[in-house]
Amino acid sequence: MASQTEPHTLTPAPALLDAAALPALFGALEARGYTVMGPTVRDGAIVIAELSSAAELPYGWGVDTEAGRYRLRRRADEAAFGHSAGPQSWKNVLHPARAKLWSADRTPDGSMVGGEPEHGRRFALLGVRPCDLAAIAVLDRVLTGGRYADPVYAGRRDGNLVIAVECTEPGAVCFCASMGTGPHADARFDLAMTEMLDGGQHRFLIRAGTPAGAEILAELPARAAGDDDVAHAAGAVAGAATRMTRSMPADGLPELLTASRESPHWDDVASRCLTCGNCTMVCPTCFCTTTEDVTDLTGDHAERWRRWDSCFDLDFTHLHGGNVRSSGQARYRQWITHKLGTWHDQFGSSGCVGCGRCIAWCPAGIDITREVAALSALRPAGDAADDGTGR
Amino acid sequence: MISHPATATPPAAPVFPQPYRVVSSRAETADTVTIELVNESAPLAGFAPGQFAMLTAYGIGEVPISLSAVETTAEGRTRRLTHTVRSVGAVTRALHDAGPGAVVGVRGPFGTPWDLAAATGRDVVIVAGGIGLAPVRPLVHAVLDDPARYGALVVLVGARTPAELLYPADLSGWAREGAHVGVTVDRPAAGWTGHVGVVPALIPQARFDARRAVAFVCGPEIMMRYTAEALVARGVAADRVQISLERTMRCGCGWCGHCQLGPLLVCRDGPVVPYGRAASLLTVREL
Repeated sequence: MASQTEPHTLTPAPALLDAAALPALFGALEARGYTVMGPTVRDGAIVIAELSSAAELPYGWGVDTEAGRYRLRRRADEAAFGHSAGPQSWKNVLHPARAKLWSADRTPDGSMVGGEPEHGRRFALLGVRPCDLAAIAVLDRVLTGGRYADPVYAGRRDGNLVIAVECTEPGAVCFCASMGTGPHADARFDLAMTEMLDGGQHRFLIRAGTPAGAEILAELPARAAGDDDVAHAAGAVAGAATRMTRSMPADGLPELLTASRESPHWDDVASRCLTCGNCTMVCPTCFCTTTEDVTDLTGDHAERWRRWDSCFDLDFTHLHGGNVRSSGQARYRQWITHKLGTWHDQFGSSGCVGCGRCIAWCPAGIDITREVAALSALRPAGDAADDGTGR
Repeated sequence: MISHPATATPPAAPVFPQPYRVVSSRAETADTVTIELVNESAPLAGFAPGQFAMLTAYGIGEVPISLSAVETTAEGRTRRLTHTVRSVGAVTRALHDAGPGAVVGVRGPFGTPWDLAAATGRDVVIVAGGIGLAPVRPLVHAVLDDPARYGALVVLVGARTPAELLYPADLSGWAREGAHVGVTVDRPAAGWTGHVGVVPALIPQARFDARRAVAFVCGPEIMMRYTAEALVARGVAADRVQISLERTMRCGCGWCGHCQLGPLLVCRDGPVVPYGRAASLLTVREL
């Protein structure tokens, strides 16, 4: 694909695309056979769903979030991406909550033959926020970056076209700036857009990150962006970073969590945590799954299904003789320690991208940034606070 | 696509179980059998002692089970898998009850093997508790098959009762072949004349040179911890003590998240790990 693209279109200058021209973007995606997945309003929330037209985007909808709170609200403008993270993430598309791993049928000699399901569709991911670009990169490392590639994830991830949308308004629970994952999109996209509505003009600054994105951009009714447009968009994104009210320490979290294994703070969290697992369901990187084997009445047809699981589930660590992590203290400790600490050991990065979903969707309003602050304050004496020298 | 080239991903894992046929099933104790599985036409890649297979009882579920013996083809494929299975749940009950001719799905090999090469020229100390004797059994065979390569072989075995002792005929056979075999039970029965007590208590008197010993330990976590501490107290270096961890597993490939023990993904970084790497993890409750 890249070799057929003219050199001057590989890194085209940023362009301006009127919001009224978004249908042309949908047309270009559909012409290439993509199934477009993007945000839309459903069930009182902004969800990620298959979109058949630009009209399904959540024009004019924003959200109010706080710890334990998420509400749709009408905006004063018609912004299509004027909302922060919702209850779903791209995990729902790429690593679905339920997936059939295989089915098998008994042959006359009693053996079982079958295979894995085929993957047909190619997805265009439209409206990926920078924190979620980072989350997809985390899932890539976990599910395809090791010795084996997860065939379900790889099948849905391969061939994606990623269209990022930068954030110009942080949600109240966002802390991507402190995690270094946003609100600016600097890589991992085919196209990136910044929405602008000032002066009565609803338009996007749009730029390509790959030849595939450049090829699509070249087909759109976009016009060259001036330096002032580029500066205006960059300023809006930078302003979002400065208005973010929550933050996470940049360094020393693995050491803090290791030092906190016996912290008295786990009792405090457990007194509030319902161990419901909502945080793991909405987290864009929580990848844990379990399997369920099913059969028909004859026993001649068997299937294995995989579904999301949660480290908050009591059975998650079931072994003969009992569950390893039976207390709420141990289960919350596992979740936050894995997310911010041992994820580095296992997969070479943090598991947190600063999207704030776990804060908004916790029915008890437990806030991962505040729990880290509390653990830091209670860090056992003799274990010096992070001095900035790393691990 | 550029943002995620399909060619950049590693090979797809063995998600679909390979059908193996049960060729024999031998009762070991009241709830434990040893089954032998064969696939002549399309055997899996070779398993090494200490690695595990995911065994599928079709329509019921899948469990990780180590090998208690391994037979490899000239091409390095696994023709015959031997698993000792204790019936403790729905899947292991189905495997326990699978008689000759039954088909069992197999995925693998998964996990880290015992590092027997580290024991070349050294005394070999093998300590097992309960069904933990099964995963170290191939090690005993390997050492007895090549005695010139190793120093003394010590096999220490603990069981709850004499009736729950695995492979009693093997134990006496190993002793005849030159291994120092010590057996202890928690609760003796009529006629038992051997040791009574926990298996770490056998370590101080066992006949090996701690300075040149390598130890392989498998059993309940608490037993491995106290055994390793006893070995270290006698002078065996912590990283010359290998233990085999157990956690819930759903995939064997590092994707399901169930088998975490602190920084370790047991299916990927284990099950066999040096004690030095796990020691600080085993003392934390509910980790």
